[in-house]
Amino acid sequence: MTNQNSYRLPFLVTSILLIICFLINISLGSVYIPLKSVLNTLTGGLATQDSWHYIVINYRLPKAITAVLVGSGLGISGLLMQTLFRNPLAGPFVLGISSGASLGVAIVILGSGLFGAVFSTFLISKWSIVIAASLGSFLVLIAVLLTSLKVRDTMAILIIGLMFASITASIVSVLSYFGSAEQLQQYIFWGFGSLGNLSWNELLILSIIYTVGLLVSIRSIKALNTLLLGENYAKSLGLNIKKSRLVIIISTSLLAGTITAFAGPIAFIGLAIPHLTRQIFNTSNHEILLPAVFLFGSIIMLICDSISQVPNSDLTLPINAITALVGAPVIIWLLVRKRKMIF
Amino acid sequence: MKKHDQNIILKTENLSIGYKSKNDVSIIASNINITLQQGELVGLVGANGIGKSTLLKTLTKVHPPVKGNVFINEIPIEKQTNLELAKTLSLVLTEKLISKNLSVFELVALGRQPYTNWIGNLTAEDVLIVNQALEQTHIEDIKHKKCFELSDGQLQKAMIARALAQDTDLIILDEPTTHLDMYHKAYILKLLKKLAKETNKTILFSSHEIDLAIQLCDSVIVMTPNHVEIDQPCNLITSGAFEKLFPKDLIAFDEKTGSFKIKK
Repeated sequence: MTNQNSYRLPFLVTSILLIICFLINISLGSVYIPLKSVLNTLTGGLATQDSWHYIVINYRLPKAITAVLVGSGLGISGLLMQTLFRNPLAGPFVLGISSGASLGVAIVILGSGLFGAVFSTFLISKWSIVIAASLGSFLVLIAVLLTSLKVRDTMAILIIGLMFASITASIVSVLSYFGSAEQLQQYIFWGFGSLGNLSWNELLILSIIYTVGLLVSIRSIKALNTLLLGENYAKSLGLNIKKSRLVIIISTSLLAGTITAFAGPIAFIGLAIPHLTRQIFNTSNHEILLPAVFLFGSIIMLICDSISQVPNSDLTLPINAITALVGAPVIIWLLVRKRKMIF
Repeated sequence: MKKHDQNIILKTENLSIGYKSKNDVSIIASNINITLQQGELVGLVGANGIGKSTLLKTLTKVHPPVKGNVFINEIPIEKQTNLELAKTLSLVLTEKLISKNLSVFELVALGRQPYTNWIGNLTAEDVLIVNQALEQTHIEDIKHKKCFELSDGQLQKAMIARALAQDTDLIILDEPTTHLDMYHKAYILKLLKKLAKETNKTILFSSHEIDLAIQLCDSVIVMTPNHVEIDQPCNLITSGAFEKLFPKDLIAFDEKTGSFKIKK
């Protein structure tokens, strides 16, 4: 809309910050690898030791890229949902995506007893969890969408999403009640979320769907800006509300759905990053907010992941615990300092 | 503007407004035949609950008519897409903005949405039109302020500027003077009068400021329970249309001053 040039410097600074965080994230880990070797490996050279080369290429680099995709993807989905539902408490999972995914995974892990012991080892492989999560979130999302087609009010969709989340949560409770201790632990571990388990093949699939979702979200920038005036004004400006709403929801589903399928239900980031970005960039223009959310989402996720690794130790903390532990105080600090919420 | 080269911008034909449900039709007003000419300032007055909002919603395609047709620029509105309509009709509504973090310039620039490209970038021409709208509503000096910093009067001017930037033949405002003090009520309506003359746009607004509407409008639409009529204010005074607006127990219309007085 206006004054795009005045954002050039903050964008430059944030981009540089992203690159620094990316490099720091790769250099930290349970094994000490000097930054020089990391840089050598990344630029196509060889590290001083073969094992270092292997760790960087097959473990740390995919993990860092996953962190960028997860942080930016969830941040952008959160931004889309907050604008669409004109609700600062909305996040990427208001449409039942994470509850659907957790239902799918719960059925596979906790319900595996029902399928018999022979299948259970086969069922609980990496891919079966990814497929179960995708199927679960897809089905719940479709259910929410079909119901929401019957209502005209966008707010009602929000409530319908919450209701479906409650239904799935209660089914998961029933399954947990009958599950064994071992199964429960496995399910809870999935719920912690994880960035480090992706192979290059899995990462490729994640990034393809992520890119499609991202492009769709960029395509809806104009609609999002129009929606800032409210739906009646947006309609009077020629916006096709139903179509734009569908496009925004599809974009969110693609981004948040695949991320949840591969990395588990990562909490907090989707809700917090848009607020953090609005506080720092002080704008509601999505042409600025969208790329800014991309940068901040990636940076925060990389930092959280670096912390969860507990540098120079074998300990890895659950990423879901770290995101809120790091993110929440930042948001509180920004709100207290500026004394008002920007929305 | 001479009478004979004026164009009809909005026209209704035997329009009935109301609400249709599956097995019930409740008609609020029927047989509405109004025409609005180019460059006219038109007020819409009537008691609370008489159906002013429903009429405006029907004229702006937010709500379907029970019977009859609405034509804007001689094309029935139901045959126009939202985008086509957005280029001939702009609105100022009573509802609040979702995001008050927009600057006044950004808000007014959103009026250019029907004309901008897929991402909404402003061309040099768009910026020119936006600045012109800011100038016409006297808010250039606050264009970098955020909407939450504005007074009600300033915000209303910004909303009018946004409608101007949309560059439409017809602007419809729903109660633009509510929440404003007496000075700003007069200010906003005077501004609308000036804009109608300067830009040759047709401006229709609903209002409870009957005395101001009588003094400023080219024509007034009077909505009473049985009848909707449009005429020049002086003709409406002579025909006694304003006396039918309200129950007669408390207030009476004074023809000499063109305003309502409390009965003693």
